[in-house]
Amino acid sequence: MIQSTRQTQPGHRNTVSPLRSLLHKLRAAVTYVLLILGALGIIVPVLWTASVAIKSRAQLAQYPPRLLNFPMHWENFITGWNAAPFTHYFFNSVEVTFLAVLGTTVSSFIVAYGFARFRGYGRNVLFIMLLATMMVPPQVTMIPTFMLMRFLHWVNTFYPLWVPGCFATSGFNVFLLRQFLTGIPRELEEAALMEGASPLHILSRIILPLSLPGLAAVAILSFVWNWTNFMGPLIYLNTPSKWTLPLGLMNFQQQFTPLPNKMMAVSLLITLPIVVVFFVGQKYFMKGIHLGRSLQ
Amino acid sequence: MIATSHQRRENRNFYLWISPWIFGFLVFQVGPMLFSLYLSFMHWSPFGSSQWVGFGQYIRMLHDPLFWKSLKVTGYFTVLNVPLSMIAGLAVALLLQREVRGLRFFRTIYFLPRALTGVGVAYLWVYIFSPNFGLLDHLLSYVGVHGPAWLYSRTWVIPAFVLMDIWSAGGGMVIWLGALQDVPKTLYEAASLDGATSWSQFWRITLPMISPVLLFNLVMGVIHSFEVFSNVYVMTAGGPGTSSLFYVLYLFKEAFPGFHFGYASALAWTLFLIILAFTLLIFRTSRTWVYYETEVEGRR
Repeated sequence: MIQSTRQTQPGHRNTVSPLRSLLHKLRAAVTYVLLILGALGIIVPVLWTASVAIKSRAQLAQYPPRLLNFPMHWENFITGWNAAPFTHYFFNSVEVTFLAVLGTTVSSFIVAYGFARFRGYGRNVLFIMLLATMMVPPQVTMIPTFMLMRFLHWVNTFYPLWVPGCFATSGFNVFLLRQFLTGIPRELEEAALMEGASPLHILSRIILPLSLPGLAAVAILSFVWNWTNFMGPLIYLNTPSKWTLPLGLMNFQQQFTPLPNKMMAVSLLITLPIVVVFFVGQKYFMKGIHLGRSLQ
Repeated sequence: MIATSHQRRENRNFYLWISPWIFGFLVFQVGPMLFSLYLSFMHWSPFGSSQWVGFGQYIRMLHDPLFWKSLKVTGYFTVLNVPLSMIAGLAVALLLQREVRGLRFFRTIYFLPRALTGVGVAYLWVYIFSPNFGLLDHLLSYVGVHGPAWLYSRTWVIPAFVLMDIWSAGGGMVIWLGALQDVPKTLYEAASLDGATSWSQFWRITLPMISPVLLFNLVMGVIHSFEVFSNVYVMTAGGPGTSSLFYVLYLFKEAFPGFHFGYASALAWTLFLIILAFTLLIFRTSRTWVYYETEVEGRR
């Protein structure tokens, strides 16, 4: 900015400035062209598959394919959804996801608060161990956990899908919330304590409201993860009445080999809740995940 | 050292608050990890007659062509995917870092694929890759290229999965943007007064300053690439033949329809050791190429 004002001083104007500003404009133009091309690369595949969802059988067979055919067949969304018990799978998914998100968020908050506020013996070592678990591939614990769940007679129930989350087993969530909580000045709490507020009061009136953006980020991440969780249900849910949406969709494809229009329609409907949550909550994780300083 | 009553209270509170994690850590993480290590030395049978086989499962792995195949598939994918995804994420961040109009719009668009995950999206990609009627081959036909059969082609199935990952790589810009914002503006101002071009500014200022984030993304990228599973499971199930038999897919097939818990545990621990080795290697070499601000301050 300093430079550009300097360039417009009289004397320089005729020689340097036009070339400079041309270069500047060219650069801006290139930036926009690249950004728009990239955005098209992301959006076009989504629109394309969305357009497949509203084609009829005859329109699907048309070659070369076209983006839009008329009339549009919006009813595919309903007939596709009703071609298999997706409503049932939907409620299963809602139940599992709700319990998992609640358990994950609450337990991560509690543990993160412990790490952020109390200087117990071994705090740093324990925190490093918590972070190290992020590196362990889930496949390492997969088989013994399965054996444990079978021992508990929890196979073919929803418990294996949400109970472990209630014990803050995701190191990343705790890490994120601890970052947030350490940012809240301790003086704030001490002042409230001096004025005779109870610890519970401080927690619910001061800490919790201030950490809402962090909690929202954790809840959103956990929602997306659990809604799309595939390996867990694949291992634990055997009977069709227990299936969640991802399993139901896979089975729909394998058993009925539906036409692509129905398949795309259901795929889009299943993905829709994530997109909605993403748009509603994007301000939280766009700002929430700032790694820069914490890496050093 | 004598613990004061204050310290005792801190200890009690600390362990009280983190007790859910300690339980989860022991029961769902460390316990299963150790047990799977034990299983990897067993010939485990669901019907009771399990026996200790020492390194038997690991030796069997060395002679298992599918193990080597899955390692090759995963390695090939990682080598293509990690650098390309990182370049894509950084490129988007560099473009968005300039003062562009519609920043919010672009940021939303580029991050959207990160939200578009799961089996539903995997099936959308199956259709995009489908020969003739798929979007990709359709677009290629405009430039006179007869597109490959992607998921049905032994050569193109892995590049297809890479392409899918790059589609969502722009979302990585969130982390890069944070890093770029942390680079002190004065560095650029000083450099441009000295006549440095933006190209050399990028290599000499930007890249060294954001190298800690580069390191982070590199490690996470490698881990992520080694753990590819659900997309492959629903899109190709490892095919055609074994050309997309990713490591975790092979492991899963051994464990879950196969019930070869001993062998699958050995595969899981080998995966863990591979990831650990890569991470340590990256961290070891990072001393030569990662720049930490605190180093300079320390030398003063």
